[in-house]
Amino acid sequence: MNDLRRPTGYLFSLLGAILLLYGLVNPDVRAPLDPGVNVNVWCGATMLLFGGILLWLSFRAKS
Amino acid sequence: MTLRPIDYVSLFIYFLFVLGIGWMAKRKISSSEDFLTSGHSVPVWITSLAFIAANLGAQEMIGMCASGAKYGIMTAQFYWLGAVPAMLFVGLFMMPFYYGSRARSVPEYLKLRFDEKTRGLNAITFAIMTIFSSGISMYALGLLFELVLGWSFTNSVLLSAAIVLIYTLLGGLTSAIYNEVVQFFLIVLGFAPLSILAVHKAGGWEGLKAHLPPVMLHTWKYAAHANENPMGVDAWVLAAGLGFVLSFGYWCTNFLVVQRAMAAETMAGARQTPLVAAFPKIFMPFVVILPGVAAVALMAMSSGYELPAKAGGGYNYDLVLTTLMAKFYPSGMLGIGLTALMASFMSGMAGNVTAFNTVFTYDIYQSYIRRDAPDSHYLWIGRVTTVVGVVLSIATAYLATAFNNIMDFLQLVFAFVNAPLFATFLLGMFWKRTSSAGAFWGLLTGLLGGGLTLGLTVAEGKGGWIAPWHEFPSSMAQNFWIAIISWCSCLAVTFLVTLVTKPKPESELHNLVYGVTDIPHEADAPWFKRPGPLAVVVIVVLVVVNLIFW
Repeated sequence: MNDLRRPTGYLFSLLGAILLLYGLVNPDVRAPLDPGVNVNVWCGATMLLFGGILLWLSFRAKS
Repeated sequence: MTLRPIDYVSLFIYFLFVLGIGWMAKRKISSSEDFLTSGHSVPVWITSLAFIAANLGAQEMIGMCASGAKYGIMTAQFYWLGAVPAMLFVGLFMMPFYYGSRARSVPEYLKLRFDEKTRGLNAITFAIMTIFSSGISMYALGLLFELVLGWSFTNSVLLSAAIVLIYTLLGGLTSAIYNEVVQFFLIVLGFAPLSILAVHKAGGWEGLKAHLPPVMLHTWKYAAHANENPMGVDAWVLAAGLGFVLSFGYWCTNFLVVQRAMAAETMAGARQTPLVAAFPKIFMPFVVILPGVAAVALMAMSSGYELPAKAGGGYNYDLVLTTLMAKFYPSGMLGIGLTALMASFMSGMAGNVTAFNTVFTYDIYQSYIRRDAPDSHYLWIGRVTTVVGVVLSIATAYLATAFNNIMDFLQLVFAFVNAPLFATFLLGMFWKRTSSAGAFWGLLTGLLGGGLTLGLTVAEGKGGWIAPWHEFPSSMAQNFWIAIISWCSCLAVTFLVTLVTKPKPESELHNLVYGVTDIPHEADAPWFKRPGPLAVVVIVVLVVVNLIFW
């Protein structure tokens, strides 16, 4: 398994998607010191984006 | 801290993932070298991230956050002064010898360059140190999860040990390295938001300036005298001790990190590894140290966050990271943060176990117990040693519960184990004349010198078990002085003994020493692939960052 980007991309996409979904479905789950934005949604989206970039890089390298 | 089911989801997914990596890596293992040293097959971006991740254990996360709260941004010097110069040095100047010698480990390099007894001394001290490190990692994990989550100490330790054992047993060094890379990403994604949220709540950098004494926000300005800054050290000692001896001793000779660079596909890759790794290293303070600094400001602002108090007065700084997480992370993200913490504990263990099994198999077993067995036997020994290593680590973790200042003790011991090694390597790699007798006696002297210093001095109630001749203002000062003394004594004795003993003939030193080694020059490669230009860029970035936070 030479390309670590593929499995890593899947991992973070999965974690990000789950977090994002959770944040969207439960928007009232907040931290005690809430900054005003939905942390789960933002962080989930960032992770999903990161995972997606890794996957894109790994698929592009393949071809 | 209460967890909801969602928080356990990410932890569970992470566990499955690391086991999966272990299982996939297993298929590529057909020799002891594949298992123990990854057989020189790993791409540079992976070795670079593994290089710093191997060192980014959870104690680092928790400890740096704690130090940020205690001492301010000056803590960043542990990274800026305390790691980057050494990383540049090892990449530029030492890697050609490590990689070119074809040694499979750091002690093996010593055998090739000097002799068997020097190798043996290094192998034994290193093996003991890695087991202790691994055990301490487990102990810290068990303690933290018990305190913060109410999980049983035994369950945390055994669960994490079992997972680490499975993936290192299956996939060897390769799976440890791949998982370290993932751990790095998890740390950044899992803790950078905390940094951002905490600093934002404190009102950004202006808010921090308004609520913190200036000494917390400068790295150099207040370092001049021991009583001007909370760390109790003056600039010369800080620079010399931290920047030179301790950090060079660690980054240049500790097989845990060197092993990751040596796993690279090419010599160029091995040299680039520490250099490329320097970039994320420079920026890590903003992820791990800044939250601690912000925490102090937040308390001063009556924002709803308070530093966790310690029974008997003062603050329990080790809990700053987790209390910040509890306040700023909602359920969901909290699980990610905990997964990141768990990941860093586990990779601290895995890194030490994979270094241990290599050194034991090649430098102790193959050298002293059974020399000429077929490779499949050593592969088997490597696997057995992995199991033994994990078991010993668990035992050490329990030992630590009985002696709870073991972590501080170990920190001091590392100083006199790593520091003299750097003197030995400095002379060994760059001076052809250095003799084997010189190396052995110098190393031994350095170890003893450092040990004696620890035994004869006291700081914050530690050390001085021979006789307390001198007291240092802080543990950190004692740490520095132990390192400096053991380094100097090693250097002096190595040099002096070399003058009266015979060196190895030059014919036996090819690719081991400066002067008889072909150092490749990749003249037609792009600048970011050449060690020289890459190092210059790192230095520029480092200087800029130091100036900004002067």
